[in-house]
Amino acid sequence: MVKKLLKGNEAFAEAAIRAGCEGFFGYPITPSTEFLEHMAKRMPELGRGFVQAESEVAAINMVYGAACTGKRAMTASSSPGISLMMEGISYIAGTEVPAVIVNVMRGGPGLGNIAPSQGDYNQMVKGGGHGDYFPIVLAPASVQEAIDYITLAFDLADKYRSLVFVIVDGNLGQMMEPAELPPMRDLDFITPEWAVDGETEGRERRFLSSIYIDPKDEEVTNIRLLRRKLEIEKNEILYHTEEIDDAEIVIVAFGTAGRVASTAVRQARQEGIKVGLFRPITLSPFPYKEIEKLADQAKSMLVAEMNTGMMLDDVSLSVKGKIPIEFYGRMGGITPFPDEILDEIRRINNSPPTDTDFNAREAWLDRLELIIEGEN
Amino acid sequence: MVSETNNATLVYERPESLTEMPTFYCPGCTHGTAHRLVAEVLDEMGIRETTIGVAPVGCSVFAYNYFNHDYVEAAHGRAPAMATGIKRVLPKKMVYTYQGDGDLASIGMGEIMHAAARGENITVIYLNNAIYGMTGGQMSPTTLPNMKTTSTPLGRDVEVAGYPIRMAEIISNLDAVSYVVRRSLHNPANIRKTKKAVKTAFQTQASGMGFSMVEILSSCPTNWKLSPSKSLEFIEEQMIPVYPIADFKVNPEIKNIKG
Amino acid sequence: MTETSIIISGFGGQGTLFAGQLLAYAAMDYGKEVTWIPSYGPEMRGGTARCIVIISDEKIGSPVARNPFAVIAMNVPSVNMYEPLVAPGGYMIINESLVDQKIERTDIQPIYIPGNDIAKELGNIRITNMVMIGALLELVQVLPVDELKKALDSHIPERHRGTLPINFEAIERGAKFVQEVLAEKV
Repeated sequence: MVKKLLKGNEAFAEAAIRAGCEGFFGYPITPSTEFLEHMAKRMPELGRGFVQAESEVAAINMVYGAACTGKRAMTASSSPGISLMMEGISYIAGTEVPAVIVNVMRGGPGLGNIAPSQGDYNQMVKGGGHGDYFPIVLAPASVQEAIDYITLAFDLADKYRSLVFVIVDGNLGQMMEPAELPPMRDLDFITPEWAVDGETEGRERRFLSSIYIDPKDEEVTNIRLLRRKLEIEKNEILYHTEEIDDAEIVIVAFGTAGRVASTAVRQARQEGIKVGLFRPITLSPFPYKEIEKLADQAKSMLVAEMNTGMMLDDVSLSVKGKIPIEFYGRMGGITPFPDEILDEIRRINNSPPTDTDFNAREAWLDRLELIIEGEN
Repeated sequence: MVSETNNATLVYERPESLTEMPTFYCPGCTHGTAHRLVAEVLDEMGIRETTIGVAPVGCSVFAYNYFNHDYVEAAHGRAPAMATGIKRVLPKKMVYTYQGDGDLASIGMGEIMHAAARGENITVIYLNNAIYGMTGGQMSPTTLPNMKTTSTPLGRDVEVAGYPIRMAEIISNLDAVSYVVRRSLHNPANIRKTKKAVKTAFQTQASGMGFSMVEILSSCPTNWKLSPSKSLEFIEEQMIPVYPIADFKVNPEIKNIKG
Repeated sequence: MTETSIIISGFGGQGTLFAGQLLAYAAMDYGKEVTWIPSYGPEMRGGTARCIVIISDEKIGSPVARNPFAVIAMNVPSVNMYEPLVAPGGYMIINESLVDQKIERTDIQPIYIPGNDIAKELGNIRITNMVMIGALLELVQVLPVDELKKALDSHIPERHRGTLPINFEAIERGAKFVQEVLAEKV
């Protein structure tokens, strides 16, 4: 295996190319721009479609068009740009065409800043665009994982005719790590039977639309999408664990927060604290059952995020009140340091929480105030 | 006397590029005419089986039900972006959008301008009837000054609602554009000229010369609250003075491809 | 601790990000786990430019560290920012050419090295960053200094190959300076 030192965004873009992406359409936005720049260089030299669109609104609709032809199509952007794309995202979901969207998340709401954040969890995982639909959401935590899961994203998108979001934060987009890219895939895909590819000779015309004027037809579509979601839940859940077997405290964290927690877990283990890490990789479908199992084994959980506790709600749904859940979250584009999470682990270890019915966010805010005071 | 049926000459039939589905357009609306012209051109050029259309949001939202070839349905105003995405991954296919004035000149202003500025090798069939038809007759960007609509009940006041936007003229100023003309459907002579323009537009694309657009003045008897025949007079007397029928940009090389 | 965190901080244009990347390449080629993460965005345009490199024998969790083990401070703001943050027992390599101050902490070891002057002497002020990372690896023995030269040789863009000798010399001069300082102390 030959690893190279790869820069996040560039590696992700190259991974998409090697997975057979034939159309990239995007608009520059920090901290995802290197993705577009890499595509600008590589796609034309490979004879594949590339457009720097006039806006994210146009970019996502170009993806929509390209996706309707059955070709692998994608865009990459960052939080405010993703908000602009929500219209097209809903249409893509309603038309049931596969598309991959990479979101390199930054601090918000609004213009916010360009620092790393996980504040788009709800927008990505719970929908964001109008109407009933269920995107698949993958949350890698390293350059290598992002490469692997962008490849997987295209496969899942095709398999389920689904939107797949790969969400990372600015840290992952900007960092360099040794990683290995997959070989270039041949573009020998079989055009799906639904594709509007302009090859009408010898077949009936095809059309793709998200319109179902008769509510009965729309309901049929909603049911199909729901059944597909349930099937995806059965088949596609991914997660990563560390030191989980005898863990009394389980940290649940995704992406960069998961990496930071991993360091804290190792340090705490050196102190003899029985703590483990559960890092969901699919945020949708969410590993509810897997976390519930851990709740039968552990004494408490700590959810660590770079947002106000968006995944905390999903963890609470998993745990069903069996054990106390504490929350640790930095916001606004601040990446936590491992020692902050280590302190939380020590605190929980020294005085294990017993109350399962308390407001974890409120308790966290009280502690956070002191932490911020200490930092200033 | 010879039997009429035995010696009958077929002079008019449904083009293969149209489906058998009757259109749901209002009586006297010229969308049906425009559909037929596009279909005849696709038949004549023999490109029905290799053409992908992009339908808009507006009265022609169901265009994909009427055309007998591959079609997709865009979000409101985004048809040129969607067509761009299709054309960039299938550059050998013929790709066209069919849009109205609300779709193209209002909510889709960004998409049409930039598709044209890039010189996307697509064809745009732009029907301008100066009103939002599907939502029931509101002001569009091309509504005439003082024209009454449901959202300009006293007539379009140019002081607060601005002036009509002449898309063909604006787009013709972009360097990458090859063919931009305005035509009208108000009488048979102009209908024939419109068809020629539609054909030239598709030929422009077929020869890889880049962006082509035919703006077509169209009627809306229902929302103009005029009879179909009065509507045609309205086009001639009211619209053409604001929207002159002309060739605004014709790439000199086009005469070589028309043959 | 098998994990070493290093921050390289300075003005934009001082080559801090590239120096960090070279360090990361060297660590990778030497068989270590490594991460490199820059400060990014508007603050890079004319303001401070810094990166953090973590080198480890094990898979790296956090790519950021509050208390770096070593800091290369190329200018005054970097000294001020990182003096309080360096881990106890850690190191600061300070570009004395641009920093006219001493640190106050006694639980970390500073090295004051006239980076710009050495680079100028070698004929190119833009290789100050190489002097500084040569010094760093001599001081913080996380990798042999020679690994930097090997990494430079393997990863330098073809059009810059001509600059290899002067870069090698800069790395060596940085390392030599530290050797001499340490020898004096003994």
